[in-house]
Amino acid sequence: MRHVLSVVVENKPGVLARISGLFSRRGFNIDSLAVGPTEDPAYSRITLVVQGDDMIIEQISKQLYKLIDTYKVIDLTKINHVEREMVLVKVNITSTTRSEVIEIVNIFRAKIIDVSEKTLVIEITGDQSKINGLLKMLKKYGITEMVRTGSIAMQRGLN
Amino acid sequence: MIKEDTMTEKIKGSKIFIESLKQEQVTDIFGYPGGALLEIYDDLYDSDINHYLVRHEQAAAHAADGYARSSGKVGVCLATSGPGATNLVTGIANAYMDSIPMVAFTGQVNLGAIGKDSFQEADITGITLPITKHNFLVKDVKDLASTIKKAFHIARTGRPGPVLIDMPKDITLNRAVFNYPDKVDLPSYKPTIKGSIKQIKAAVELMQESERPVVLAGGGVTASNASDELRTFIKQTNIPVASTLLGLGVYPYDDELSLRMPGMHGTAYANYAIHDADLLIAIGMRFDDRITGKLATFAPKAKVIHIDIDPAEISKCIAATVPIVGDAKEVLKDLIEYIKENPVEKKDEWLRTIQEYKTNHPLIYKMSADTINPQYVIQQINEMTKGNVIMATEVGTHQMWAAQYQNHIYPRHFISSGGLGTMGFGFPAAIGAQVANPDKLVVNIAGDGSIQMNIQELSTVANYNLPVKVIILNNRYLGMVRQWQEIFYKKRYSHTDLEGKQPDFVKVAEAYDVMGLRAEKPSQVRSVLEKAFAHNGPVFVDMVVNREENVFPMVPAGGVLNKMILQKEGK
Repeated sequence: MRHVLSVVVENKPGVLARISGLFSRRGFNIDSLAVGPTEDPAYSRITLVVQGDDMIIEQISKQLYKLIDTYKVIDLTKINHVEREMVLVKVNITSTTRSEVIEIVNIFRAKIIDVSEKTLVIEITGDQSKINGLLKMLKKYGITEMVRTGSIAMQRGLN
Repeated sequence: MIKEDTMTEKIKGSKIFIESLKQEQVTDIFGYPGGALLEIYDDLYDSDINHYLVRHEQAAAHAADGYARSSGKVGVCLATSGPGATNLVTGIANAYMDSIPMVAFTGQVNLGAIGKDSFQEADITGITLPITKHNFLVKDVKDLASTIKKAFHIARTGRPGPVLIDMPKDITLNRAVFNYPDKVDLPSYKPTIKGSIKQIKAAVELMQESERPVVLAGGGVTASNASDELRTFIKQTNIPVASTLLGLGVYPYDDELSLRMPGMHGTAYANYAIHDADLLIAIGMRFDDRITGKLATFAPKAKVIHIDIDPAEISKCIAATVPIVGDAKEVLKDLIEYIKENPVEKKDEWLRTIQEYKTNHPLIYKMSADTINPQYVIQQINEMTKGNVIMATEVGTHQMWAAQYQNHIYPRHFISSGGLGTMGFGFPAAIGAQVANPDKLVVNIAGDGSIQMNIQELSTVANYNLPVKVIILNNRYLGMVRQWQEIFYKKRYSHTDLEGKQPDFVKVAEAYDVMGLRAEKPSQVRSVLEKAFAHNGPVFVDMVVNREENVFPMVPAGGVLNKMILQKEGK
């Protein structure tokens, strides 16, 4: 099962290496990882999307928590949360397909952020299903390049 | 106390290093100098910290490890940058696997030279990331003292483990005001010490309901010095108890409730008891594969109470019915108190079954008339010492015979590499144990293979006249591998037969100015051991033993505990 873990770590050099090293050496799989500062500059938040059954997720959480620099590990999957990811995607266009693509972009409330004669760069933000929906629609035009940030997530309401 | 005027005086990083060690009550360290450590060694020259010069950095780490295991204090080792630091790696990994409190200090190239592939540069914090509890690269001399404070705190609290501090050379040269913090500021590190009372009640309920309980006591009982509490708990509940390799000595081997060691080379009765148990009470042990064999068939009828200070150990291998996160000593104290009011009944029928197992399947070996049995050597040491000996081992068949036949009475007296299984560990670990226990008899049980992995330490024991007695059970084989080759590889002894290829260990010892002795017949064993133990200095004993003696019982790797290969009935 897919789980979204929010990991609060001390904002120090080498912390990311400790986290990613833990995953590779214990054979856990990471679908995506996003890292950045939090509201408190002393801490960073790492959002991890991981796959595994309950026993594996429990083990991942505990091993993460065991790192001296890890302050908090929250499995957001178990609580009401919002999740977003941003993707930049470069699509091939021709004079005949351009308007179709623009229409799809509008339907998905995505944005066109670069235009050239033969390509469009599209920015989309959303949860996984929305992003996958857009990518599916764009596939037939030819996706030449794609960048994904990995999911970030937050608990809804008061913590 | 530091005087007021010195509080503002700036001192060199190397002095801060030494003053910080003193603040941590460190009296002995094991190390080897080098370019990046010149400042530190210059200050060690007239410091009152005892520095023991090993002859290979790996031995410094193992000696610090043996020091820690035998004393309960944090072991300290020191090595220079690059190759000095990488030579520590095996020793650090060994301490990590067995949760031994250790602080390893390494020299590093100057801050500005880091990342430039400088001479004797190695990214030791990167290299040791997966084998330390935590590590630090000090980037400002002002942080050195607080980093050392944190390192010792992390190493000795919670689940103990090795911590490494990498010190660039200019850090040791730069100056700062020495101010050793009283408190550690680690907001993200708060180990749980007390077990949940709710869980303790649930655990006692399971004990009351169970008919066939077994306690598994591990290295965590040793680490938290909970041997007395364990003994009280066992007397109170009459539950039979097996001790893992790292738990040996926490419960007296000869007590009627003792099952001695379980697992791959454990006693048959411990393994039968575990297989039949309806409740396992695991205390400070982590269900290592050498204990469990195949997980799916391990203790198939048992519920599990798992007491461990490391939450990540709970349900890592075996799902716990009742997990209790906490320090073994504290949890046992609470269990004892709770059981006083809520007693656990003695399970007479189960104890009778256990007694039958013990009577029907004792540890046995076939005594030979004209060659020395390795087990016999251990038994002779028992007779002479009554278990009052610190026994360090290397890794292999000799290690298992020592574990099986040593009269384990006291905790912290059996020093052995459990998790990593490091050949070459025992001799330097014995050196560390001897330094920590100068008045005790310290013996290193070795094999002819293992001893050569750190044989250069003969120079160290000679140098400091450390009276370690090294007893080589010499079968001219890499015996443990040979045993597997015999059983699983049709006796194809690929690269394990060393007959005629080993050095003369007596001559080797003598070359280092260490007493060398040899026994070749059973009748010589006792007198050679007596001569060795009476000598006020190190001794190397070459015990020429049976070549193809095997370690039994044996649970093949990934096997089921109750399907052991047993020693055939002998004389």
